Amino acid sequence: MTVPELKINDLRVSVEGKSIVKGFDLNMKGGEIHALMGPNGTGKSTVASALMGHPKYEVTSGQAHLDGQNLFDMAVDERARAGMFLAMQYPSEVSGVSNADFLRTAINGRRGEGNEIPLMKFIKTMDKKMQLLEMDQSFAERYVNEGFSGGEKKRNEILQLMMLEPKFAILDEIDSGLDIDALKWVAKGVNSMRSENFGCLIITHYQRLLNYIKPDFVHIMMNGQIVKTGGPELALQLEKEGYDGMKTELGITDDEKTVEA
Amino acid sequence: MSMQLKKLPFGAEEIIKFAEKRKEPKWFTDTRLKGLGLAEELPLPKPEKTRIADWNFTNFSYQIGSSVVSQLNELPESIQNLMKNGEEAANVLIHVNSSAVYSQLSKELTDQGVIYTDLATAVREHSDLLANYYFKTTSIGKHQLTAMNAALVNGGTFLYIPKNVVIEQPIQAVYYQDAPSSGLVAHTVVVAEQSSSVTFVESYLSDSSVGEGAANLVNEVIVGENAQVKYGAVDEFTDQIVTYVSRQAEVAKDGRIQWALGQMNDGNTLSENATNLEGDGAAADIKAVSIGSGTQKQNFDNYVRHVGKATQSQLLVRAAQKDASNSIFNARTKIEHGASGADGEQTQRVLMLSDDARGDANPILLIDEYDVIAGHAASVGRVDPDQLYYLMSRGIKQELAEKLIVEGFLAPIVDLLPIEGVRRQLTTLIERKVG
Repeated sequence: MTVPELKINDLRVSVEGKSIVKGFDLNMKGGEIHALMGPNGTGKSTVASALMGHPKYEVTSGQAHLDGQNLFDMAVDERARAGMFLAMQYPSEVSGVSNADFLRTAINGRRGEGNEIPLMKFIKTMDKKMQLLEMDQSFAERYVNEGFSGGEKKRNEILQLMMLEPKFAILDEIDSGLDIDALKWVAKGVNSMRSENFGCLIITHYQRLLNYIKPDFVHIMMNGQIVKTGGPELALQLEKEGYDGMKTELGITDDEKTVEA
Repeated sequence: MSMQLKKLPFGAEEIIKFAEKRKEPKWFTDTRLKGLGLAEELPLPKPEKTRIADWNFTNFSYQIGSSVVSQLNELPESIQNLMKNGEEAANVLIHVNSSAVYSQLSKELTDQGVIYTDLATAVREHSDLLANYYFKTTSIGKHQLTAMNAALVNGGTFLYIPKNVVIEQPIQAVYYQDAPSSGLVAHTVVVAEQSSSVTFVESYLSDSSVGEGAANLVNEVIVGENAQVKYGAVDEFTDQIVTYVSRQAEVAKDGRIQWALGQMNDGNTLSENATNLEGDGAAADIKAVSIGSGTQKQNFDNYVRHVGKATQSQLLVRAAQKDASNSIFNARTKIEHGASGADGEQTQRVLMLSDDARGDANPILLIDEYDVIAGHAASVGRVDPDQLYYLMSRGIKQELAEKLIVEGFLAPIVDLLPIEGVRRQLTTLIERKVG
């Protein structure tokens, strides 16, 4: 099996007519962990949502290819089946649908008709992964995200990631609102996925998560594009100097308008 | 202004003969004739925003019947499916083309004085008891359709639970129609005496061989002091059957009723569900789901009347509207003067799945007392695009994602039905109607 590859070229994205991502380039390979950092409103989450295909986000130009397939030619579910995964900042609640049913439907959607996962195998796998994430067994039968705390929702996203085994995952602020224990469980889950068949893009404001999931590359994003790339030391530098220090160093001034996205 | 009424296709002579054949007591035949007289005079009901004038409520054959079977496996498969799990068939009454063909009640319950029989038998064998309750919660003269029920009744069930008898196992009734042009005119009476408790579940099915037909159902529930009734129903009539269904309950002091209704007819349907909380501390929990499909028109009126002090009601209606279906949902909570401490809540949610479908949810609160709590919520909307995106982002195809969302939306009622076979019936129905 060849190592998966995700190539993003000159991506530009608008939300409700407002340009937010302005020329974003990134190449990722299986086995790599990338961290994408930057102040609020620079377009990090917009990159994530555009790659997954949220209908609100309009890709105005640029390309994204997963193993040579153009993501922007595909519907959301096709992108997922091709190997993309987005752990969302605000996952939806779906009443009346149990977590287990949801996951089994998703897994079988990938495997295709006639190749469904045997029920016992599914249950065993799910039990094991839930244990690793310190999730109570009752989560399997609870309705998708309904009545979950913030931390429970985040862990549920990681559970889905582990069950679906995508080629590339984007974790959109998976650490926000997590206490230190939950952060460790999430990190444990992501680290258990590490292999040359899996690449991960971690979007975060803080260096903290990166203590637990060691990135190979750190990218700083400002005003809709990546302005600096380095190794893990870049995150530490950022932690010390703050984004203002980084801006001064790079000679960047804020856009007249920054947008929450 | 004079009202032009359609001539009814049945008369007194015919009805008297029908009653004689069934060996009915005089009071019952008199009730039929009173019904006939009223049916000739009274207009059809006028449900809000649904035109029913051209619906076929009257042209059908009511003198049909079927012979008794000795074993369940002689019955159509769709009936057997409702009770596959042996023990659940313990207390069951099965009607085919209006007449009872199979019945079973455990000895334990018979010994405790429980009566469970078809209406025709009850009329003969428990005439005095039945007379106390027949048309007690609703009146014969409410409108033409109730009057017709009295005049032409050809089926139904009588369930009587004596004082202090608590029944754990659910009691099941099944109605199945397959005779061409047949009409089921059923009247069900459930009586739970003081401090008794029972779960009753009824399923209505038909085969497409009926073609154009009608169903006229009046179901009365009398909940005694401190008694508890859980009443589940799944309606599944085929598309050319016009249904009028009226489910009425009267609840005495500290009594409690729970309705769990799966209203899944494929044909035009007029449904009246009403609960009268007469006694202090009486409570009602009403949950109903429906799916509109094809070109069917439906009108659902759910009514709760608070009379006693500290009475409580919760009403939850969930519906999905497909194709070119058209449904009106009225939820009415009435709190009478003197019902202090009453608490009435209602929620109606309608999910629109097609541009050609129509759905209309009307919340109505009528309050004549100060010291009460009442609330309502009503919404008509589409599948949430964020939910859809979320499910699709996990690789689930759009159609399947929509199906999951809709089925999940309707799930709260399915989970309430106490008989697995009936739960399966409703789940399968939802899957078929949504898919």
